[in-house]
Amino acid sequence: MIPVCRLEDLPEGESVRVPTVPPIAVFHTEGGELYAIDDTCTHQDASLSEGWLEGCLVECPLHAASFDLRTGEPACLPARRPVRTHRVTVEDGVVHVHLGAEEGTAA
Amino acid sequence: MRTVTIVGASLSGLYAARELRAQGFDGRLVIVGEEPHQPYDRPPLSKDFLVGRADESSLALTDADETAGLDAEWLLGVRARGLDARGRTVLLDDGRTVPTDGVVIATGAAARRLPGDGLAGVHTLRTLDDARALRADLARGSRAVVVIGGGFIGAETASSCARLGHTVTVVEAAPLPLLPQLGADMAAVCAALHRRSGVKLVTGTGVAALRGATTVTGIDLSDGRTLPADIVIVGIGAVPNTAWLTGSALVPHDGVLCDDGCVTALPQVVAVGDVARVGGVRAEHWTSATEQPRAAVTNLLAGRTLVTARTVPYFWSDQYDSRIQFTGRHREGDTVHITEGGITEDGLPGESGFLARYEREGRTVAVLGVDRPRAFLRARRELQRERRRDEHPGQGRRTPETAVL
Repeated sequence: MIPVCRLEDLPEGESVRVPTVPPIAVFHTEGGELYAIDDTCTHQDASLSEGWLEGCLVECPLHAASFDLRTGEPACLPARRPVRTHRVTVEDGVVHVHLGAEEGTAA
Repeated sequence: MRTVTIVGASLSGLYAARELRAQGFDGRLVIVGEEPHQPYDRPPLSKDFLVGRADESSLALTDADETAGLDAEWLLGVRARGLDARGRTVLLDDGRTVPTDGVVIATGAAARRLPGDGLAGVHTLRTLDDARALRADLARGSRAVVVIGGGFIGAETASSCARLGHTVTVVEAAPLPLLPQLGADMAAVCAALHRRSGVKLVTGTGVAALRGATTVTGIDLSDGRTLPADIVIVGIGAVPNTAWLTGSALVPHDGVLCDDGCVTALPQVVAVGDVARVGGVRAEHWTSATEQPRAAVTNLLAGRTLVTARTVPYFWSDQYDSRIQFTGRHREGDTVHITEGGITEDGLPGESGFLARYEREGRTVAVLGVDRPRAFLRARRELQRERRRDEHPGQGRRTPETAVL
């Protein structure tokens, strides 16, 4: 379980990058949900935490591949492989990421 | 339409195949490719592939599952030699002919060459085979590398060579690299990136000749100087592959001329990617090659232009650990403002990069981001929205072509 930041420091519509290996991106959607996925786009080296958040989809800032935050599945090309998803909880006002099980490995 | 032939098996050709199947074409699909390889992604060739951080399998644009789903006949390793006058038969170099009802021209562009570039040690960088040859040459120990051309391929290749520990010089004919693309102020930042990494930049001079008997030993500059070189990389642009269309009804002029919807003078022939001059503009951008096929295929299947493929240009470049992103169209005389982040006294991007807006008549016409991806993406979205509003003043109306954006 990795503490990320205080919830009030991650407003709705924002995202944050957790510098784990590999890095993780945590999103707070406009709908108030929290999601975490692997940060690196499966197409080419780009940080999804810097992408465009719309509903439960995040668009890669480099080539506009898009991923569903709920499943990690690519919603459109050029990405063809999913990213791993991770569980997010809030404890005492702090956002935590629980690393996903190994069988969810995207590669 | 019973048979569609896609001539060109790279990015835009593959995207056209996907669109044909996605838009319901269930006839015979033939894909002709000059290179023997399945479709692969070219941008990493000058970057991660060259420095050995990416292998060939990571370049693949498709996989066995998808290929099976496309249900296409792949004719790879053979070049198209001609298109008959009615655009109903594609002639191949090995003598075969492919009768067809529709054609997607996706033959791309080829690296521009220099006279005398047949010497050993002289390279271009466009194809996987080019990249393999250059990578092998660079692996033979520390060399003196001269890159001719300071454009994107030149800068990225120079950056990779410097990372590999070679002594690198970039020769650029203009006073600054990337001058036409970025304008003087921002081109100066790119020049500073070269110098920061110890790459020597020689500007304002062309190349008179390559020296060497069988292997290159140096280059003569047009200002009289000579640069010694073990390896020379020629990165002076690309020319659209249209020679094969000689004798067809299509008259190429720096690309295959198309309307805004990628449709050529023949309604059952469309063109996409680097080879296509769409609505008067030929863009050698990865993003254009992935966006145009949707409209092109819709129009091909309809037999007339229903939707347009005009999008706001976007390109990116990774060089010297900096990510450069640009969208829109820059013209000489635009004023440039840094609106986020900044440039250091040495003319380098600041620690958190910067965002620069190009303005003309009080409007933002282009945006440059250096190591500022989030702000750049926002600005790019804004520019796309404005463009849609200009083209469709009826607020909120969605048309098929705006969905492409």
